[in-house]
Parts: sequence; C-alpha cells; structure tokens
Amino acid sequence: MLALDTQKEIAQLLSRYPIKRNALLPILHVVQKGNEGYLTPELLEEVAGICEVSQTHVEGVISFYTMYKLEKPGKFHLQVCTCVPCCLVGGEELLEHVEQQLDTHAGHTADDGVFSVEEVECLGACSYAPAVIINEDYHEQMNPEKLDRLMDELRTQGQAHA
Amino acid sequence: MDAFPTEIVRFELDGKTIEALPGESILQAAQRTGSEIPHLCYKAGYRPDGNCRACVVEIDGERVLAPSCCRNPKEGMQVNSQSERALHSQKMVVELLLSDMPEQGKSPYTQRSELDIWAEKLGVVQPRFAGRQQPVQDISHPAISVQLDACIQCTRCVRACREVQVNDVIGYANRGDHSTIVFDLNDPLGVSTCVACGECVQACPTGALMPSDNVGLEVSDKTVASSCPYCGVGCLLTYDVKDNRILRVEGREGPANKSRLCVKGRYGFDYVHHPDRLTQPQIRCEGVPKTVELLNPSDFDKVFRPASWEEALEVAASGLKRIRDEQGPQALAGFGCAKGSNEEAYLLQKLVRTGFGNNNIDHCTRLCHASSVVALLEGIGSGAVSNPFTDVEDAEVIMVVGSNTPVNHPVAATFFKNAAQAGKDLILIDPRRIDLARYASYSLQFNPDTDVALFNALMHTIVEEGLCNEEYLAKYTEGFDALKENLKDYSPEGMAKVCGIPAETLREVARRYATAKSSIIFWGMGVSQHIHGTDNARCLIALALMTGQIGRPGTGLHPLRGQNNVQGASDMGLIPMVFPDYKPVGDPTAKHFFEKLWGTTLDPNPGLTVVEITEEIHKRNIKGLYIMGENPAMSDPNLNHTREALARLEHFVIQDIFPTETAGFADVILPTSAFPEKTGTFTNTNRQVQLGRQALEPPGDSRQDWWIIQEMAKRLGLSWNYRGVPDVFEEIRKATPSMAGITWDRLEQDHSVTYPCENEGDPGDPVIFTDGFPTPSGRGKFVPAKFSQAAELPNEEFPYVFITGRQLEHWHTGSMTRRAGVLDAIEPLPIVSVNPSDLGQLGVDAGTTLTVQSRRGKLTAFARGDHGVPEGNVYMSFAYNEAAANLITTDRLDPFGKIPEFKFCAVKLSAGGDPAPRLV
Repeated sequence: MLALDTQKEIAQLLSRYPIKRNALLPILHVVQKGNEGYLTPELLEEVAGICEVSQTHVEGVISFYTMYKLEKPGKFHLQVCTCVPCCLVGGEELLEHVEQQLDTHAGHTADDGVFSVEEVECLGACSYAPAVIINEDYHEQMNPEKLDRLMDELRTQGQAHA
Repeated sequence: MDAFPTEIVRFELDGKTIEALPGESILQAAQRTGSEIPHLCYKAGYRPDGNCRACVVEIDGERVLAPSCCRNPKEGMQVNSQSERALHSQKMVVELLLSDMPEQGKSPYTQRSELDIWAEKLGVVQPRFAGRQQPVQDISHPAISVQLDACIQCTRCVRACREVQVNDVIGYANRGDHSTIVFDLNDPLGVSTCVACGECVQACPTGALMPSDNVGLEVSDKTVASSCPYCGVGCLLTYDVKDNRILRVEGREGPANKSRLCVKGRYGFDYVHHPDRLTQPQIRCEGVPKTVELLNPSDFDKVFRPASWEEALEVAASGLKRIRDEQGPQALAGFGCAKGSNEEAYLLQKLVRTGFGNNNIDHCTRLCHASSVVALLEGIGSGAVSNPFTDVEDAEVIMVVGSNTPVNHPVAATFFKNAAQAGKDLILIDPRRIDLARYASYSLQFNPDTDVALFNALMHTIVEEGLCNEEYLAKYTEGFDALKENLKDYSPEGMAKVCGIPAETLREVARRYATAKSSIIFWGMGVSQHIHGTDNARCLIALALMTGQIGRPGTGLHPLRGQNNVQGASDMGLIPMVFPDYKPVGDPTAKHFFEKLWGTTLDPNPGLTVVEITEEIHKRNIKGLYIMGENPAMSDPNLNHTREALARLEHFVIQDIFPTETAGFADVILPTSAFPEKTGTFTNTNRQVQLGRQALEPPGDSRQDWWIIQEMAKRLGLSWNYRGVPDVFEEIRKATPSMAGITWDRLEQDHSVTYPCENEGDPGDPVIFTDGFPTPSGRGKFVPAKFSQAAELPNEEFPYVFITGRQLEHWHTGSMTRRAGVLDAIEPLPIVSVNPSDLGQLGVDAGTTLTVQSRRGKLTAFARGDHGVPEGNVYMSFAYNEAAANLITTDRLDPFGKIPEFKFCAVKLSAGGDPAPRLV
C-alpha cells in the first residue's frame, strides 16, 4: 500500500497530466522516494493500476532507466562513472576498488546497508573526471584514497545517525 | 515510415519492374510478386518494426541500406536485394543471430525456425562470433514453454501480445545487450497474467516460445483447414495431425479471426483423445433405477452394458416409437445442441417434426439469447446480428453491455481492444468491472438487475435533449410515441439512484452514443438471462432505432452469440416455434411449404421450450426424450429439479461423445463424433457460414451424428436417404432462402460465406437493414419496457446476489474443457469469485472453501477475491459438476423468451464446507 503522503503527491502529479500514463516516470520517482529509495513488485503493480498501463509496460520503463531501484539502496548510494573520459583517468579502477572495499558488485547494496554502488554512464562531469555521485552530491577528480576517506567519514556519519 | 502512397507504384527490384499496391512496402510487393527477401522481425498482418535488419536492400542513390519491411517504394525507384552489399549485410545479421542460438546452430525447439531457413538459403553455416551467456528455460506455464536462448528479440511476440491480442503481458525490458523479453514484472510466465492465447507462440520465428508439450520437433502427416468448436466468434484454424492425433493448432486467416485464436481454440483439443470418450453404444442395464444423483464414472459399467449399433438403435427407436404410438406425439421431445453443425441441427429438428410428430424441439439457445431473439424478431423482424463484430473498425462508439467479451468471445474482444487503442470510444455497461475496462472511455458498473432503468434513462436523455434521428424515425420506424410516453418516467436524475450511475454520466454516455457518426451495440448474457431479458433487449433495439445507429457500417445491433453454431442451429429451426429460416410453425404458408418439402403433415402448434419440457417431464406429460449433445443435468437452472425430471423419463436416448452428467440418466447412449472428426457447416455470430472439416477418424465404434439421426429416422418410419453431409446442405439451401446462394463447392473453396446470400454468386451481405426491416410494415418497431425486478431479491436470510456465467478456460458445462489437459491445468477447481471486502467480512481467506446456498440448492467451492465483483454479489461459472452453479439458480422464466434468470438469485454464504467429489 502506498503511504498517504505518497498518494497525495501522486494525486497532485496526476492533476498536471491529461493522460495518466504520461505521469508514469514522476510517479515512479515519488513512490520510490516514499519507500526508502526502491520499488517492489507490489508497488509497481499499484503504479500500473494508477497510470492505467500494463505491468509489463512498467517493467520496461523501470528496467530501462537506471535510476529506478528494485533493491533497497544503502544509506549512501554511490554512482561511479566509467564512461570514456572517466575511464581514461581511472574510473574503472575506482569502481573495482569500491566493489572490493564493500565486498559487493555494482548494482547492489553492501551487507551493512550503509553503502550501495552502481556503475553509471556519463554524469556530465568529464572535465573533472573521474566523477562519483553520492546520493545527490558530486565528488570529482576522485581516486581510491580520496574515496576511502570520504566513505570513512560517511560511514561514521551514517552510524551516528543510525 | 514514408507517407502511405495512395496509388500503384512501379519500381525496379533486382532488375525486374514490379508494382506495389497502395501502402505496400518493398518487402510486401516483393513477396506478392514472388521474390524472396530475407526477413525475421516482419510478420504479415503485424506492424513492421524494422528491428532485425535481415531485410535490408540497396536503393540506388541512397547512402545507407534500407529495411525493406518498413520502406515504401517510390515510382521508378531502383532496389537491389541481391547486391553484394545488401547480401553481405543480410548474411551478417543472420550470422550474428545464429551465433547466439543454443549450440550456435539450428533451433533445438522447432523444425520450422525461420532463422534456420534463412541461414540455409543464405549459406550461413558456422558463425564466427562467440555466443552470449544463455538464459534458462521457463516451463512454469501449462501451455507455453519459454526458451529465451533461442530468442532473437525480433519482438514479434511483443507485438502479438500488445498490439494484436492486446493482452499486454509480454514486454521488452532492460537496455543494450541486456535487453530481454519479459512477462509482466519479469515474472515466470506461469505466474504472470498471461491468458495463453498463444498468439506469441504462433508469431515466434525460432521456437523460443513453443507449446509446452514439445511438439515443435514432430512432423505432421497432414494439415486440415477447419474452424474452432468453441464460441460464436468462429475462428478459422489449421490442425496439424499425426497418427490420428492433433499435434497442434494454428490460427488461419478467417474473416472473424484474422489468424488469431484464444486459449481454448489453440490448446483445448486433446479432449477428443480423452480416455472417457464413448466408443461403443451403451444400453442401461435391466433394473438399474434412475435417481437424482449423478452417476459416478467409475460406476458406469454397473449401470450400462455395451451393445451393437443394431441393438442400440433398435432399443432407442422402439422406445420412442412406443411412447409416440401409445401416448401420442406430445409425449416426446428433443434437445439439440448449438455445438452441432447446421446439417445436424437441421436433421434433428426434422426428425422431431416429422418423426416424433410435434414441435417439442429446442436447444441451449433457450438458455442463452432466446430473449434477445424474441425482441429482435418482434422489433426488426430478424434474429441475427445486423453487422459483423469486425465492424468496430468503422465505429466511433462501441457499446458493450452485459458481455465479458475477453472471456466469452476472446478473439472478438481483441478487435474491440484494437479499436479502443485506435481511439474509438468503448463504453462498458456491466455490474462487474471486467478486464476490458482498462481500454474503456466509460465503464458503467451499474446495479445488477436495473438494466431497463439504465437504458430508459439513456433514451430519456436522447429524447429530452433532441438527439433523436428524426429523419430515420420518420422513414424506418413505428411506435415511437408510445416509447416516448413511457420514457417520461425515466429521467437520468430519477434513475441514478436505482441503477447506481450518476445522472451526468448517464447523460454523457447517451449523448456520445447518439451523436457519434457510427455507434454499435454488443450484448451478451448479462442482458438476456433475466426474467426481463426481452425487455432489456427491446431497450437496446429502441436505442439503435431512435438514433438511426443501424443499417450502416460501424453501427447496429450485435448480440454476441455464444456457441460456435447457436446462430446456425436457430437458423435451422432447432427451436419450437419456428421452422428453418424462422418461419412460424403456425403460419399456413410456411407449414405448407415444409409439408411439401418433407412430404408429410406437420403440427401447427408451437412446441415447448427447454425448461418447459423439463416441467412437463416432471408432470409426466412428456415421457420420452432424445438429446443430441446437450447437457441439461449441468446447464439448466435449478438442477435438483431438472435432474429429478431426467430421472423420471420413461425412455431417454442421448447421443454424445462423453458419458456426461446427463448421459447417466439415459436408457441408450449412442457414441458420436467430436468436432474434428466430422465435416459440416457452422454459422458464427457474424452470420458467416463456415466449414468445419474432418481431420481425425472417430475412435472405436463411434459414428457421425448425421448418420445416427438418419438411422433413428429410418427406425421411426421415415424414408431418409442422405448420402452425406453435402446432401443435407443441399436440402438446407431449399429450406432457407437466405442461404440458397451458398453452394458446397463455394464453401470448400472460400471456407466462409456470409448470409444473406440468396443467389449463387452473391457476395453475401455483412451489413443488413440498410433500407428498412423485414417486418410486415418494413419498419422497425419500438416496444416500450417498464422497469421490473428480478424474480428473487436478496433479503436478510439470503443477502447476496448470485451471478452465473462462464470463464475463459472452461466451456459451458465443462464436458470438453475439463477433459482438455492445458485448460484443466489452468483452472482445475471450482471457483466462486467474491469481492475481497465481502470475503473479509465473512472471514474467508482467498483459496479456502466457501459454501453457497439458495432456496433450491447448495454447493461448496473455493473462494477467489475479485475486485471486479461488486460488494454484495458473487460470481460463478457453471462448468464444475462438484460445485454445479445451477443447483443454486432459479428456473423462473422470462415470459417472452422463456429464458431462465441465470444472472440473478439470492444466496447466503458461509465459510468452509467440503466440495463434493469431482466426477470427471
């Protein structure tokens, strides 16, 4: 079941779209945000009903766009760019490093639930490659050491908040 | 794609000048003129997608190769499909796809892989590229197996599921080289919402989607072009036969199905090979009493003994003859069957009329559209549809009333959904929210039983707002004043509370229907199966007449006929009040005509209808009954009463393919042929007369129905001498002027001919009433209807409304479909559908048992939560002998159509209970 706040937000969104299916992308975002950052089959079924589209249409959409998640992301979600400019200056090594550190694979959440990591296409920060986005903040010209320090800080923060 | 050319285009293909018809692509023009261009993602009849690039051609003056499947030729264009560059690309595509097949070779799942065929033609043998990691097989569905390792992502299945059949289960997910075919939310097929129409299997070029029984690698002995034995849509299909067994079934290009089929038509044929088939005549053993209890099949041998045809026919006929001669013709009756062919229906009614000497002949139309037919004959002089359902293509507004079309006429529903997707307004009027609602502009979930109130409110609006078609009213109708007077009491504002639909919605719908350029009405049993069923249908007829929405393409009245030949059986006079071609038995001219044709005197009094016959058996006025195929011990209302009647018969002969629930009451059982074992004509809901062709030999010593009826006739003293089915058809042409122009040869050649077709060579009229009606005055007659209520309303003791109907996987009483492996595997248990909030109140979990009880009977079935069923209502199919819905239903009849009220009676529900044992 969708949370009351989410339902309100959806109603507001729908009022702005003459055709319900056109609101699918923003509604999915709202629903994802309202459910700790990920989508479940039950929620997707509900969204399909709301937007009057088939379940398979929703599946096509959420699997096409990388920003929809089916796994609960960590408190901090790392997006590591491995496009050509980043790759040339160590993007792939950075990703590998994070995977090793967290003992997980891109697209997944580490066991402690603090971090999740994802390999992404161009973040538009080529001039400052390699780039990483953590939650909504850009971190540029990264290297494994810088990232380790940053993650240590975040881990402490995360644990303090938890 | 380029703008559609409207003229014939001449262009050059591989040095040869060819013509493309308007709208044709290069590929289509090439195919039609006998040239081959490789193609995989293109399938005739589907939207070209251009994704596989196997069909690329080189066009003079163009920089890049063009996909010929989605490229229209231009005048003078020079196209080369064989140039080195084109061939190189075509081969590369095939090689890349082949490299990703299991073992990088031929499809291990089908002998007909189009990829293999093209690889061979193009000389692509061993791909140079490595394959990818292959997905595992999904065998979770009883009908369809999924092996995506053979998938080439041509998306033909996606288009099949989403654009052709519009079931919206198959999708294309992920991106780049992770792209894949998915079902729903990437679910296994078996748990997805797949309805198993199999369109995707028929569309798949490589065997990635196949029937689950692994038939892809078997080679058939023969293919037989035939039709489907299930619903009134009348799909044409092809049987693949091997060793006298049906290997598989594929849809064939027919006027009503355009190669589409549904789960029953594609996967529902193994019933013909079921071990329960009767293969020898049976005679009831001396002294075995008849009780109301159904015969358990395991006790069959204790009740019946096998007999020779000679003995069985003799016992069968002499028993009927004795009753006729000793007690008079009125002591006999016959039930035919809308599953039989026109020829069988014709012979059976002739047997009763000339051999029994009365008109006591009826069939399941009485339980189906009898009230609609009465209203149609009374109002517009003809019981058949005015337009084929494929006319939705020409309609602006499509109104569907009391019909769960995707379940009962699945292939017709696909055309409705196509139309809705093309922007036509679909208006649903049904107490249940059905799957079609997702495509509808309006879905009016009105209170059950308030049909007349709702329709009258629509008509009230049309009159009040001046939306009548005055010109049409003046030219083609009569009795409008009386209708108008009656409508005064039915303002939408007044009726809103009665029918549960806001007045403004009623007004909007009325306006939309009346003012559209073309509006067509479809209706089903939700309209007809009420004690006010005739009134319901009268309203729909009036709606069409007052707005002039009839007599043109895309308009009209279409009662969706249920059985594959219910239209034909009625046309053949398998009903008690009319001879063939709806000639009233009391009409002296008609009587004279048939007396001459049949060389005998005929009874001028209309006979009794199905439920009336049961009543007369009860009263011991009817003592002998002959049944062909009908199963009243399951299909008739108030079964305890019906079964008591069957047990009271002095002499009861039945011809059937299975020991049905009804057969257990018989004195003689004559084993007959199943649909694929015989040839005959069948008339679908669109008035299309189509050939069903014999594909198999009947098992054991079972015989063809027409032969059995003729043998009975001979033994009742008639001198019949038909040599075969075509002989009977020739006589039908004489008896039915509207079919006189249809010859057997033409049917053999064209497979399908629409009537009216009065003279040989007539094309047949799909749209009728274009200039008035076949009534005495030539005008359509308005018959006002007053709102009245059901026979049995809910009260404190019986608070729920019980609605019966069908379900997708099971046909009628289940005698065929519960013996069909796939269909039975999908829906094996008796289900009663209840609104989840009612289930909550009753404390019943979905999947556990629920006991339903009415004043007449009681059953226990498994509860299913269904948001589409409104609170206070329950819905059930009547296919299950262990929980026969008709134990519950009332046998109160509509006074005009004599149809029982299957759609409404009062019940109480209680949690738990043990279902009775299943007897199939």
